[in-house]
Amino acid sequence: MTEPQTSDCAETIRELDMFLDGELSDQQRDAIRHHLDGCMDCLGAFDFHAELKIVVAEKCHNDEMPPGLMGKIERCFAIDFDGDGQIG
Amino acid sequence: MADQADFADQAMQYAPQLYSSALRMTRNRADAEDLVQETFLKGFRSFDSFTDGTNLRAWLFRIMTNTYINKYRAKQRRPDETDLGEIEDLYLYKNLGTLQDSSIGRSAEESLMELLPDDEVKAALEDLPDNFRLPVILADVEGFAYKEIAEMLDIPIGTVMSRLHRGRKAMQKALHEYALVRGLVAAEPAGDGGQENTR
Repeated sequence: MTEPQTSDCAETIRELDMFLDGELSDQQRDAIRHHLDGCMDCLGAFDFHAELKIVVAEKCHNDEMPPGLMGKIERCFAIDFDGDGQIG
Repeated sequence: MADQADFADQAMQYAPQLYSSALRMTRNRADAEDLVQETFLKGFRSFDSFTDGTNLRAWLFRIMTNTYINKYRAKQRRPDETDLGEIEDLYLYKNLGTLQDSSIGRSAEESLMELLPDDEVKAALEDLPDNFRLPVILADVEGFAYKEIAEMLDIPIGTVMSRLHRGRKAMQKALHEYALVRGLVAAEPAGDGGQENTR
């Protein structure tokens, strides 16, 4: 793994977060893509972080809800419907 | 103006993702359950202030985030600003480089999925201090935009960005430490001439 060699690389890596988070303008994205087309070092870093973001999202988003929770929530709505807007 | 009678129909589909994020926030099941329940109750009560056609999912997450900050963060009594220390950029990428090279023909995602057990990824996220954990949950797990996160947390967008950046690096460092402890990667840095790095 080499350090970014040029100011272009340093600039590109600085934009990594915003690129992967979809926060850049079309023009900015195109400029990054143009650099990545010709720079395997930066492309490797971008690919890695794109995959990492997917992995984190998947692994932190798969918890099973406790079986009774949906029912508990729905009962809250029912109580509120009949009452004075206050629970219990 | 949204009709309260429609709330359950429209909102309940988001319960599983709210619960997952509630677990990442509170770090325990009982509090997560309470937090989700309270979020739905508050959403139900104030649904007439929700504007039809706007993002209901973001609206619910905003309620949950506020509820968490006001109720649970106070309880945990963590310092408001926590220093994560200096961690180099691209931390995990640089330190897993040789492992990547050795898994020819597999995507980075496949090897990472295999390398990092669910529980350890969750723990790496949950171990972040609140200030960093909430932006990472909202951006990386829930995919909200910086602007939405800034509104939910009531902090400037620049602060969202710097906390995300630092939080992610701290998470990567933790993931690398898990991988080291489990012998999944060699302790020596890359560049030793391409030896086998898995034991």
